Amino acid sequence: MVSPAIAPDDVVNAVSIEDSIAYLKSKHPDAVTDDEREGYSGVVVQASKLLEVARAIRDDLGFDYLSSATAVDYLGAGDHMEMVYHAYRTSGGGALVFKAQTERENPEIPSLVPVWRGADFQEREAWDLYGIKFPGHPNLRRILMWEGFHGHPMRKDWREAYYEEEQKPFDNRWPGGHVHRSEEKNVFGKNVTYPSDIDLNRLMDTSESEVYASLGLGVDVERILDKDGFETNELVVNMGPHHPSTHGVFRMVLTVDGETVTSLEPVMGYLHRNHEKIGERNTYLHNIPFTDRLDYISSMGNNHGYVLAVEQLMSLGRKYNPPTYRCEAIRVMMVELSRIVNHLWAIGFWLNDIGAFFTPVLYFIQERERILDFFEAVAGSRMMCNYMRFGGLFGDLPERIKSVSNLTNDRIRDYNTMQFLTEMVNERIPRTIDELEQLLTQNEILLERSIGVGVLSADDAINYSAAGPLLRGSGVAYDVRRADPYSIYPELDFDIAVEQDGDMYARYRVRVTELRESVRILKQILPRLEATEGESIWADGKPGAYAPRVPFGEAYGRVENGKGELGYYVVSAGGRGGSSNPWRYHVRAPSFINLTPMGLMSTGYKVADIVGILGSIDIVLGETDR
Amino acid sequence: MYGTGLAKGLMLTLRHFVDSFVDDLRYGLRKYSHATDNFGLRQGTAAKGVITVQYPDEKVAVPERFRFVPFLIVEDEDHPTRSGKDWCTSCGICAKVCPPQCIWIVRGNDPDTGRPVPEPEAFFIDIDICMNCGYCAEYCPFDAIKMDHDYELASYDRTSHHIHDKEKLSKPASYWRDIAPTRAYEEMLVRGTWEHKDAAKEARRGAASARAGSRTQQPQAEVQPAPVVTAETAAAAPAASATAEGATPWSEDDAKREERRRKALERKAKRAARSGG
Amino acid sequence: MDLNLQELERTEFPVPAELENNIAITSLSQLYNWGRRNSMWPMLFGLACCAIEMIATASSRFDFSRFGFEVMRATPRQADLMIVSGTVTKKMVVPIVRLYNQMPEPKYVLAMGACASGGGPFKEGYNVVSGIDKYLPVDVYVPGCPPTPQALLFGMIALQRKIDGQSIANGDDVPWYGIGPAEPTPVPVLGPDIIDPRQMDMIRRQAEAAAEDMAMVGQRELPSATQLVAAKVVTAEATSAASAAISDDALSFVLPTGGNPWTEAEEIREKRRLRALARKAVRASRRAAEAEEE
Repeated sequence: MVSPAIAPDDVVNAVSIEDSIAYLKSKHPDAVTDDEREGYSGVVVQASKLLEVARAIRDDLGFDYLSSATAVDYLGAGDHMEMVYHAYRTSGGGALVFKAQTERENPEIPSLVPVWRGADFQEREAWDLYGIKFPGHPNLRRILMWEGFHGHPMRKDWREAYYEEEQKPFDNRWPGGHVHRSEEKNVFGKNVTYPSDIDLNRLMDTSESEVYASLGLGVDVERILDKDGFETNELVVNMGPHHPSTHGVFRMVLTVDGETVTSLEPVMGYLHRNHEKIGERNTYLHNIPFTDRLDYISSMGNNHGYVLAVEQLMSLGRKYNPPTYRCEAIRVMMVELSRIVNHLWAIGFWLNDIGAFFTPVLYFIQERERILDFFEAVAGSRMMCNYMRFGGLFGDLPERIKSVSNLTNDRIRDYNTMQFLTEMVNERIPRTIDELEQLLTQNEILLERSIGVGVLSADDAINYSAAGPLLRGSGVAYDVRRADPYSIYPELDFDIAVEQDGDMYARYRVRVTELRESVRILKQILPRLEATEGESIWADGKPGAYAPRVPFGEAYGRVENGKGELGYYVVSAGGRGGSSNPWRYHVRAPSFINLTPMGLMSTGYKVADIVGILGSIDIVLGETDR
Repeated sequence: MYGTGLAKGLMLTLRHFVDSFVDDLRYGLRKYSHATDNFGLRQGTAAKGVITVQYPDEKVAVPERFRFVPFLIVEDEDHPTRSGKDWCTSCGICAKVCPPQCIWIVRGNDPDTGRPVPEPEAFFIDIDICMNCGYCAEYCPFDAIKMDHDYELASYDRTSHHIHDKEKLSKPASYWRDIAPTRAYEEMLVRGTWEHKDAAKEARRGAASARAGSRTQQPQAEVQPAPVVTAETAAAAPAASATAEGATPWSEDDAKREERRRKALERKAKRAARSGG
Repeated sequence: MDLNLQELERTEFPVPAELENNIAITSLSQLYNWGRRNSMWPMLFGLACCAIEMIATASSRFDFSRFGFEVMRATPRQADLMIVSGTVTKKMVVPIVRLYNQMPEPKYVLAMGACASGGGPFKEGYNVVSGIDKYLPVDVYVPGCPPTPQALLFGMIALQRKIDGQSIANGDDVPWYGIGPAEPTPVPVLGPDIIDPRQMDMIRRQAEAAAEDMAMVGQRELPSATQLVAAKVVTAEATSAASAAISDDALSFVLPTGGNPWTEAEEIREKRRLRALARKAVRASRRAAEAEEE
């Protein structure tokens, strides 16, 4: 609500981020202060007033989209916990960054779920990993680790069983590097340490009753009356983590009344491999190959988001050369190719889920293999490309995509790179998309299965922080490439794919349109590559250092990845003249946050639609659980 | 009309099916021949239909930049001065730049003086941790560690096979020039010589003291050893391979089987001769 | 797959030359192994990044059906092979062990990729199990991060070779013909950390020690670095000595052959055969002795 002291005109005028901050400060003079730390931006909000300020940010200033909410532990650097929020307008523009601080012992920050439902999972993650309590959160339970786990592992003073040192590189690797296996150091040999107050009596209870109780579900079959007054049974159905259609080790617990889903609860963390904890031990450079393993279908996009975030930080320092034009062009090409790979994979497996078992996937994988061959020749690996570096790339495109026989029966290939690319972009990929449309777009079974199923309204999509095709399929024309442009996207000619219906079919249509738009971008990239032939990919002509030092500050780099908005929140702190290891490394994973509306989208549909709805969100577990 | 979408889709499936056979016919008997251009055509952009790589009878050769677990370069056996010497100087950059920290290096010390010598005493890579990112090879200032192309590493026991020590890691410099001629050539251009940096430096020093005065000579020409492999010749040369062409495990088995059978027949003949006598 | 007679005929019993193309003899073991290894259905079970490469291996370009891996089954009841494709987390290892217990014998486990073999790059993580072999018996390890489809195929063929080397007469090779039902692998429990029921005694002892106010060794503390170095120096010395010996020799370049499944399978088979022959000889001599006694 607009307070009477401020005229509505002022609100409309608060377009720029600075004006918005000024407005906030004038409205809440005692609660909002500038964040004056070196390299930081945005405002610090008093925790007690957070809810009020957040409402003002959303309703008065129009920052309706909460992109990221994450915790930072400033142990030894102020000794406080901090929640960092990045809010955007769906009409485009930069972020309004606001933070709330609390003490490390018994931290508490009011929940923002009443304002943005998209904060739901992210706050649960902050509780799970940092132990921050969120009064007002409807369902504050652990999300990545299991209930009963000892400690909050992302806190800076929590040490894992194989802890060696705070930061890499570890000292015992060189010069006296006597090899060891970490498990040999551990008493139980299993990366396990137990707290001293272990309750042995409880251990052998292997029933899953606790799991279901923690989900708010009774294990017993409940008898309920349906609308006609018949007594029916409400059943709890458990899907996953081993289920052929959950796209990995994802689990859903649903209650069903007959065939109709009455509620659904995603359970995750089965692939939680501590990406962020490891990322904070790593150096900045170490993290690039780890980002490959987030959304392992499109590793190029992951690389891109991370290098953008760190380049933002580096640009604060004196010695920084932005990437050259050729470098940017190659980056965009790689990202668009991996978007094609991603969407082909997503559509293929979504079709698997709704019954077109494997035939379309096999056709798409064939095309994917060609693109992966290209990645392999350029970056060195099919999936884990590890291709981008800060201010550059691993290497320029090779002149020829060629192989050398090494093993028995090796068969070699030898193509001209540009010719290969031209043929792919102009012939093969468009042909595959045509075939895809021919096979599916008018297919009656597909239409019946997908139209009107899994509907998500535009308002809900924004409120739940949905991103990517999920958001655009609900009629919100929000694409980071246009809304908050980066790299050379501003000069490229392409459209944002939007569909209004918000159902599974709309998401499918969005993906098909994006495939075509990606091809359109690639067609514009090819002449740019030819024009910059011979130009260096490094601004100063030589590769970057192996241990770059990054100036103090925080940065949030975000890209439009295949799955949606992928953001990296990187904080550089500690050390003299910049740091070599990130203090905080957080991934705003689209697959994770897109699951927030999963329950909402599924309620009221049939059990058989659930896997289809999940498939239409397009998640990848490496990114969901990190 | 209801069903047209389905029919169209089925036609497409049929076309894919037919395309595969048409493609087979197009290449005819050459499909499984060892002619190399054929394979590139089939696995390239021109091919249509579903085409399977008949592993292990034919394998897709990996591109030059391909990276699997790392290996260390040692000087070739026939090198005039540095035969069998490590290129690695145990500077430790690979261990520092390794993201999962899977490299352990023991720096060598001179037993007499106790000072570090530019050669690692021990070098370990735990391939159960290695993430094949290629940083070690990328940032090595001496081009001494490279990513291998041999991906056929499956084993039955990881405790004894999966920590690669120096012996297992070491491969000769010529192996690298064989599997990645273009990259080796590019590295040579950067280094200015086919030799290891140190060897080139030593040679330059030696040459300078031997022929003080003549400044026109090229150091590379002086130390030029046997392996003059240009990218072109190396690419043209077939498999200087890890395992010899044709020596598949299957044919080995056949040979052994033949051998056993021959021996058994001999024994039988002997027995028959004995009982007959 | 075709019945390859030549392959099956690989026994120590020769076929007379005049009958060579008319009869085929084989041993029951070989027939059994042939059937077993050519109808091994993997479980449709993906964990992480490697699962994508596993799907690529199953798809038309590499197509592991050519080797009898045929179709992937989503239920463990119909699967013979569990390809552990990706990072095994503590939270996930519980269902994995349960799934393994649900698979019918004979069953095999293939650890695909660095993570499943030994924790991989995520090994240091607090929620990551350092290798599935801490819980399940693994038959073949395929290194790589991720292994390419061809590397996975190599590993799968290696598994077939391993089966080829087994003998039906050897109880260790075919434990599922033993008396009584097979013991299921104890399913780990998620407590304050993951708990392996097989280690309960050890944990209890640790807890008692902690209750008596003694230092609990299992806590987040590491043994001192010197201890570790002392333990490791020996191996390092041995290694350096070995490598020194090599460089002294006329360093002929040899590929590391240690882990080659081909040669190993051959060795194993040879060993089995010798053992079978020895047993046969013992039986024969015993029978002869009995006959003499009579």
